[in-house]
Amino acid sequence: MEEPAEGKKEEKETDIRRLQTYPLIRHSDMNDEMRTEAMELCVTACEKFANNNENAAKMIKESMDKKFGSSWHVIVGEGFGFEITHEVKNILYMFFGGNLAIMVWKCS
Amino acid sequence: MPVKGGGKGKQAPVGGGAASISKRGRPSRVSVAPGRVPFIRDDDDMTETGDGQDDWMQPKTLVKPDDQLELSEQELKEEFTRILTANNPHAPQNIVRFSFKERSYKQTSSVDQLAIHFALDGNMLHKDSDEARRQLQKLGLGEAVSEHTISEMGEEKKEDDEEGKYEIIKSPVPTPEEEGEKREDDTTTPAPAKGTQKLTNQFNYSERASQTYNNPYRERGTATEPPPRATFSSNATQWEIYDAYCEDLERQEKSKEKKQAMLKKDEEKSKKKLTAVETQGDDISRISRAAKIMERMVNQNTYDDIAQDFKYWEDVSDDFREQEGTLLPLWKFSYEKAKRLAITALCWNPRYKDLFAVGHGSYDFMKQTQGMLCFYTMKNPSFPEYIFPVDSGIMCLDMHPEHPYLAAVGFYDGSVGVFNVVEKNIKPLYRSTAKTGKHTDPVWQVAWQKDDLDNNLNFFSVSSDGRVVSWTLVKNELIYTDIITLKLDGTPDEGPDGTQIVTLGCGTCFDFHKQTDYLFLVGTEEGKIHKCSKAYSSQFLDTYDAHHMAVYKVQWNNFHPKIFISCSADWSVKIWDSMYTKGPMFTFDLGSSVGDVAWAPYSSTVFAAVTADGKVFVYDLNVNKYEPICEQAVVQKKKTKLTHIAFNPSQPTIIVGDDRGHITSLKLSPNLRKMPKEKKGMETQKGPEVEIAKMDKLLALVREPPQNK
Repeated sequence: MEEPAEGKKEEKETDIRRLQTYPLIRHSDMNDEMRTEAMELCVTACEKFANNNENAAKMIKESMDKKFGSSWHVIVGEGFGFEITHEVKNILYMFFGGNLAIMVWKCS
Repeated sequence: MPVKGGGKGKQAPVGGGAASISKRGRPSRVSVAPGRVPFIRDDDDMTETGDGQDDWMQPKTLVKPDDQLELSEQELKEEFTRILTANNPHAPQNIVRFSFKERSYKQTSSVDQLAIHFALDGNMLHKDSDEARRQLQKLGLGEAVSEHTISEMGEEKKEDDEEGKYEIIKSPVPTPEEEGEKREDDTTTPAPAKGTQKLTNQFNYSERASQTYNNPYRERGTATEPPPRATFSSNATQWEIYDAYCEDLERQEKSKEKKQAMLKKDEEKSKKKLTAVETQGDDISRISRAAKIMERMVNQNTYDDIAQDFKYWEDVSDDFREQEGTLLPLWKFSYEKAKRLAITALCWNPRYKDLFAVGHGSYDFMKQTQGMLCFYTMKNPSFPEYIFPVDSGIMCLDMHPEHPYLAAVGFYDGSVGVFNVVEKNIKPLYRSTAKTGKHTDPVWQVAWQKDDLDNNLNFFSVSSDGRVVSWTLVKNELIYTDIITLKLDGTPDEGPDGTQIVTLGCGTCFDFHKQTDYLFLVGTEEGKIHKCSKAYSSQFLDTYDAHHMAVYKVQWNNFHPKIFISCSADWSVKIWDSMYTKGPMFTFDLGSSVGDVAWAPYSSTVFAAVTADGKVFVYDLNVNKYEPICEQAVVQKKKTKLTHIAFNPSQPTIIVGDDRGHITSLKLSPNLRKMPKEKKGMETQKGPEVEIAKMDKLLALVREPPQNK
């Protein structure tokens, strides 16, 4: 009786995993337009450099610098802790793909 | 400028034995170009060390090494062939190195074969420079020296050159002392002036500068507030990400559910609305009984005094008046939506004595509007029990005596219809159309008949188009039969082309004999009353020249089979003996157009009439053959015309309708419903026979005089 239940659980887990591919914004005080753009950029970068977070971060940073002015900082990783100071209306903390955390903020 | 590299010197052949052709070699003569620095031999580097004879070794003393082989002439002439290779013979062949990789000494295969035999640092001077000129001058002397001395001079020159070279390197500008020395040596024309001349550097350049005006500096500063900042800290870990996603998923699902719930709710709402609309009727019908009781109770309270009057009030003043009576107004019935519609028909329900039907329409030819069929009960004067709005004005109606829910209705547009009161449908059950023989003029009266042989319901209608039509209700059809056409007397007018146009009378009312089925009376607009039979469609049994104007009502007496009454717009009400066509039995002038007249149901001698001036007249021939026993105006406004009147079949009450849509119920005072005077000691006789006898008695009185004449 337990096994099927476990199987079900696993199935459910995989289901959830499968569902967890969309970008999920955890914290952001950007205005809507900027947030959408930044989010899409992060998604693009992380999809492009699926196995190279550094490049992804670089791409995000450079694109953000170009679009919204300099001094952007980006962290892309699966596990990290941080305490950052950012200019208000310029922070985006999101998850993507089920295992990536992306931290984008501006501070000059 | 000194330049490194052997640009100027002739380089010695490189490679071991490369230059040596024979073992002995040959003395090489090197002619040194004038002004050129002769090459310097580095003996150490020379591979051919064996002979070492040079040209300048003039003394022919052959110095032989001690160990030189003594060779014969033949041996000397022997030729040896040698192949020149690029390998350095001095290079070691067997160098081994320790290989840490293999932990053993390994012979290195590649040995450096390069051997440098001669290297010389070169120097260069610009041709036009003083130094070069001087040197050239110096060498120019050398040029002048005969060739043959060169060989002797060689060594010296070399020394000299070396010195010169040194000098050049040491100090580009020769000291006068040196120069002097050289002059002595060379014994050439000195150039002392040149020596002191200052050398101009070809690479010299002149510097020019100017000072421009410098703008004064100004300092200006502002301090801006730094952009607002905030700190944010978090930990991104796999489990946090997972949890966040899970949470989000849950939320999404919830919102989805909510949405669905909302949708459902909306649907339900709409459904509810629909059902509400649907069930509204049901809901109301569920409480309709209670509501009706409630309404009746309220009305009972509101109109309690009227109800009391209706039941118990008897005008005591009647006792003091000999004959006259009064009418006590009771309830007034009106319906807001039918207020402007004249009452065109009144009919008590044969079964429910408190219920009566009212037809609304308009008698005004110019102002025809829609009509309405309303049913009121005396228990609720505030609102009709049933309402049937119709598109055409109702002109007449009749309730079926056996089916009290069926109402036959005649419309102003000439059609007739049948309404079923209990049905929810507000449309008529049947309605005749132009195809199904409807009248071409307003239908002035309808009357139910006994069921025909097939037990089909049927009714008659009369219209001003001159036809009396029988209508039979067959399933869902209204089948018509023309019973009689009201032809006018006299020959039909002949048209210009010989066609005969039959002029028809306009029927305005009719009444069927209570006992004789086939017999009926038709009143016309011409004022005539025809006695007709259903059996003869072409001719009348009798014709009475009754009135000068349109006959509005004709009615058989409820008791006496030969007596009928008629009323007309010519202000008169007449009572006729059907057997006596020459004139009426009684004639009453009411002073105004008489809209309606009705026999009382309780007495053969009592009838009531309403007039256009708003008065109700009640006559009892048994009491007064000439004057009404009651003449009473019942309308509020002066111009209101009374149009119809109907006796309640069981109660001493009449209802009168006016042309403003109001119905007034009136109670007859005791004098108006007086039975034949009870004589003391005699049993009161009742019944139709008594009524007939009473009427006959009166008629006998009336008939006597003409007979006498």
